[in-house]
Amino acid sequence: MRLFLNLEFNLNPLLRYKSLKVSGISEMQNKIIEVNNLEHNYGDFRAVDDVSFYVFEGEIFSFLGPNGAGKSTVINILITLLPIQKGTIKVDGYDLATQPEQVRRSIGIVFQDETLDRDLTVWETLEFHGRLYAIPRNQRRQRIDEMIQLVELDDKRNVRTRNLSGGMKRRLEIARGLMTRPKVLFLDEPTLGLDTQTRMRLWEYLKEVNEEGTTIFMTTHYMDEADQVSDWISILDKGKVIISGTPLMLKNALGMDMISLETSDDARAADILKILDVVNNVKVTSKGLVVTINSDGTHCLPVIMDKLKGSDIGITSVNLKKPTLDDVFVHYTGRELRNDSAERMTSRMLSRGGR
Amino acid sequence: MTMSSEFLTIYWRDMLRFFRFRALLFSSLVQPALWLALYGAAMSSNFSRFTFALTIPPGDISVSYLTFLGAGVIALTTLFTSLFGGVSLLFDKNWGLMREIFASPTPRTHIIIGVGLSGVTKSILQVVVIMVFGLLIGVEFFQGYSIFETATAILGILVFVAIFSLGFLFFSSAISMSMETPESLQGIITLLSLPLFFASNALYPIDSFPPFIQYLSLLNPLTYLIYGLRYFAIGTDFYAMGYHYSYDLQQTIVAFLALVFFCVLMFLLAWRVFEKAIVT
Repeated sequence: MRLFLNLEFNLNPLLRYKSLKVSGISEMQNKIIEVNNLEHNYGDFRAVDDVSFYVFEGEIFSFLGPNGAGKSTVINILITLLPIQKGTIKVDGYDLATQPEQVRRSIGIVFQDETLDRDLTVWETLEFHGRLYAIPRNQRRQRIDEMIQLVELDDKRNVRTRNLSGGMKRRLEIARGLMTRPKVLFLDEPTLGLDTQTRMRLWEYLKEVNEEGTTIFMTTHYMDEADQVSDWISILDKGKVIISGTPLMLKNALGMDMISLETSDDARAADILKILDVVNNVKVTSKGLVVTINSDGTHCLPVIMDKLKGSDIGITSVNLKKPTLDDVFVHYTGRELRNDSAERMTSRMLSRGGR
Repeated sequence: MTMSSEFLTIYWRDMLRFFRFRALLFSSLVQPALWLALYGAAMSSNFSRFTFALTIPPGDISVSYLTFLGAGVIALTTLFTSLFGGVSLLFDKNWGLMREIFASPTPRTHIIIGVGLSGVTKSILQVVVIMVFGLLIGVEFFQGYSIFETATAILGILVFVAIFSLGFLFFSSAISMSMETPESLQGIITLLSLPLFFASNALYPIDSFPPFIQYLSLLNPLTYLIYGLRYFAIGTDFYAMGYHYSYDLQQTIVAFLALVFFCVLMFLLAWRVFEKAIVT
């Protein structure tokens, strides 16, 4: 929490406003999801503990966390599959507790596991979905065509979903989630179990959709994915939001940037840099200097270079290594996320059907 | 919005699947016919050995065992088809498809009604097949009826079948929704279907039962369905296996109302289960 406040002060809070970055000053962005003091218990187990956050319209918001962190519980409450036990939620201006029907009409969902009827064709799957949402016939048929085109399944129109590849199934599910033109698209582990190439293609569609104005709320445990696509990330662990920010803010906040330098006089350079406030540690190695700094490297680097130049030390090579989201996660939870996700795949396989 | 018809969506998908699986479609239609043909033929030749000795007042109608059994086979087929009619919900739940439906604006009552209607459609198809097949192998339904009377009788049979089927489909949906695995569902349904099956007049006259079972059979919806079926298919006054049967319109209406009551009760049960159900 303390860190969250620091971030708001230290870093430009306007980074939170996507449209400001793009189109200069514009209207304040609309909070499309507002969650306040959400709590959820399964018997004695507290799965979600006083979670509050909001999502701005038009952004890609990621919930990052290991298995059992409470991600799925939060998303299941948001998509109206679990009742609210404690706290308040507003989606698209509607109170989830009292107006679930309106919320349902405002959202689209891509579920974590496959949720396709294997005996229906691609077209029938979308037709069924459109009818569930009572989209009038003509409009429905038109959107089905659009969606099938968007996710490039034209030639699979009349193929039963059991005969589609994993990536095609996911694309169909995304098409299904989008065909009701939702304000918010919920993606629960959208690329779980897909190969890198398929994941990248899926994100091409999703980014397109996002650029056309659909807010995306997703849960994932793929760090790189969250890092690359998210406008805002909340890290959840043991039912609590540990930290939130843009990917850049989160990584910078660790203040563990490392700068590798090759200079004309490493020993003297080390002496000069050691006394700087921003520098935590300087190591002289056979390949040059490794400088660990305590704040944002992108801002420190020019200072360091000026300092060395001012002392007539020539610089032959510079490399700045930023911490990854993995580092961020380890820092705040004391655990690796990767191990958790590997465990989780196995436990998912073992517990299939017992959910 | 006021005239929402999402239940037709559920119905549409169920029917699509029903007609898509030719093998299932075929077996569900042929099985009852086989039942009638094999069990009926075997038993009726057995029964005819001693029913010959029974005397029937002159001028009265005596019907063959096959004819008596015809109505029973219709009833039992409808019972079993309907009892298992909700199983698709359990599969939808376990395969995650129910999440799509539950998270959509489609009201949950529409799921119950959609599944119910598709089950009724299947039952009616089966009953039509049984009746046509039965008439071919010598079931003497609609004897001495005019065309108009026959049409009315068929309609009456289908209405009885529909309401009975609907009741058990609601019941089946309620159980399916509360169960975790198909195995436990099958166990429960088998356990329930046996007493329903035997404490009824589907296969043999109820008058020869011990009083306890006769009493029990009054609580059995199957009894009321069969009453209606025989009233429409055979007539108001006949002998079967030496027992005198006299059915009248008034009692038939009572039987129908009993089935409506059962159906409403089961709908309320299913509604309650669905409203409370959490699928994640």
